[in-house]
Amino acid sequence: MQPKSPPNPGRRKFLIGATSAVGAVGIAGAAVPFISAFNPSAAAEAAGAPAVADISKLSPGEMIIVEWRGTPIYVVKHSEESINEIDKNLERLADPDSDTDVQPVYAKNKYRSRKPGISVLSAVCTHLGCAPKYYPELGVVDFDTEWQGGFFCPCHGSKFDLAGRVYAGVPAPDNLTVPPHYFKSDDILIIGEDGDVA
Amino acid sequence: MVTRLMNWFDDRLPLTATIERHLTKYPAPINMNIWYLAGVLLVVVLVIQLASGIWLLMNYEPTAEGAFASIQYIMRDVEYGYIIRYMHTTGASAFFALIYLHMFRGMMYGSYQKPRELLWVLGWITYVLLCALGFTGYVLPWGQMSFWAAQVIMSLFGSIPYIGEDLLTWIRGDYLISGITLNRLFAFHVVLLPLALIAVVFVHILALHEVGSNNPDGVDVKKYKDEDGVPLDTKPFFPYDVMHDLYAIGVFLIFFVTIMFFYPDGGGYVIEYVNYEAADNLKTPEHIVPSWYYTPFYAMLRAVTFPLFGLSAKFLGFVVMAAGIAIFVALPWLDRSPVKSIKYKGVYSKFFLALFVVSFFVLGYLGTVTSTPGRTIAAQIFTVTYFAYFFLMPIYSKYEKCKPVPERVQLG
Repeated sequence: MQPKSPPNPGRRKFLIGATSAVGAVGIAGAAVPFISAFNPSAAAEAAGAPAVADISKLSPGEMIIVEWRGTPIYVVKHSEESINEIDKNLERLADPDSDTDVQPVYAKNKYRSRKPGISVLSAVCTHLGCAPKYYPELGVVDFDTEWQGGFFCPCHGSKFDLAGRVYAGVPAPDNLTVPPHYFKSDDILIIGEDGDVA
Repeated sequence: MVTRLMNWFDDRLPLTATIERHLTKYPAPINMNIWYLAGVLLVVVLVIQLASGIWLLMNYEPTAEGAFASIQYIMRDVEYGYIIRYMHTTGASAFFALIYLHMFRGMMYGSYQKPRELLWVLGWITYVLLCALGFTGYVLPWGQMSFWAAQVIMSLFGSIPYIGEDLLTWIRGDYLISGITLNRLFAFHVVLLPLALIAVVFVHILALHEVGSNNPDGVDVKKYKDEDGVPLDTKPFFPYDVMHDLYAIGVFLIFFVTIMFFYPDGGGYVIEYVNYEAADNLKTPEHIVPSWYYTPFYAMLRAVTFPLFGLSAKFLGFVVMAAGIAIFVALPWLDRSPVKSIKYKGVYSKFFLALFVVSFFVLGYLGTVTSTPGRTIAAQIFTVTYFAYFFLMPIYSKYEKCKPVPERVQLG
């Protein structure tokens, strides 16, 4: 036996629609805590506070590693020679003018630094997040015959110059990221904040 | 007494009917061959993984500070803990070896074709779940390779245009891979993914028993039935299949325990040596290699070295890698051949299936070694031939000349 068609189908349709809508809102509301709980917790955010580095003892050609938000940050003091020859390899670079937005505006210059001669670079390869290794020497190295100094990623062979600019024809798509930073004084570098002049 | 007990159950639960339908009287084609053992062995490995996993859980500590040490504790201080752990690591590799054989069997004999499309899709879901289980489980020991594999794989999500960076932070729950990330992967590995896997495997077997097993000839065994309605070219699962399955399980376990007892590292493939060092977020290992069962797809990821259509090489590599895994699900709709089994398909189907196998192995090898310009070109070529099997299938499977398919299954 066929069930009789319900009386007042318009009202039924409205009630089904209204119940579904309220149910959907309820599910969306219930999803909020589940999705939000995936965000960094207050403790994780606090651990992401700025890092402080004293660069007074850094001599030309040296590099120190500062930890900020659990990732290594390379702070390199360029030698006289590498500042002068910063443009020598231009034609081999993929993005020499830093057009890709991986640095704060104050680092969008040919040294990719706030202060010429001090590079502050995130040591996370823009390919898949390995740590590129520092090769300051010039000339012939294992992976390059005309090396101008810079960083070489051992994972997949990406190359960057001393200003963190990526070479063309390597897996990494972008220059090394310059984290927000400022110089509190000549010797004190703060990584993680832009300072007042941002 | 037993009859009365069974009657009591049968009045309250379809017990006898279920056992007969799914076990004792399930009609299995008489021409099933050795390839048909992978399925039952996968069930055995699932049980091994569940048992060893639960026991590992009793001593494992899911924190960034304690995870690595707790693995050493299981290895040294827990009685037979090392066996339980090696059982689980060997089981992981066995799981993938068997599922690849199982999938290849389906591809050879056209087991994905009508009416088994849904069965194939369900099987593909178990494969994807297994990939997720393998990845999440790999991170848990919190060794160097655990950490950096997580770094590499998760950073892939960061390459998605516009939303990538925020999505990455959301997935990690931190600005870097940390204990917070470890904890959520742990929750997935021990609760969510196994539950999902068991559920999908259950439905996979239900679907199999609805449409019936395919066979090496790809003929429909239900076409000719005896007077009781039992297909002529089948035999009941018990005792015939149960007996040879038990034999196969015995042989399989000999291989399994040989690796587990004597070669637990599997030459660095079952357990990678770098993972004997605790995770260090400031020191990248010289050479990051995924587990062997992902290396074909890792090679595809690395093969894409050029940006295209305004998308970065990294994102495209991610897309190609994901497509390499996803494409299997489309097989039932890519194959336009009137015949199922490779035995009766034409020469092009045979050629492309062979090409696919070669590509899979070459890419698998390339994924384990460091990339050089020559190897990158090789990976690009074999990525293309890998996909050629799938994307050209609608053409070659439709227009090639097939052999006539027999009415009944062929023996010998």
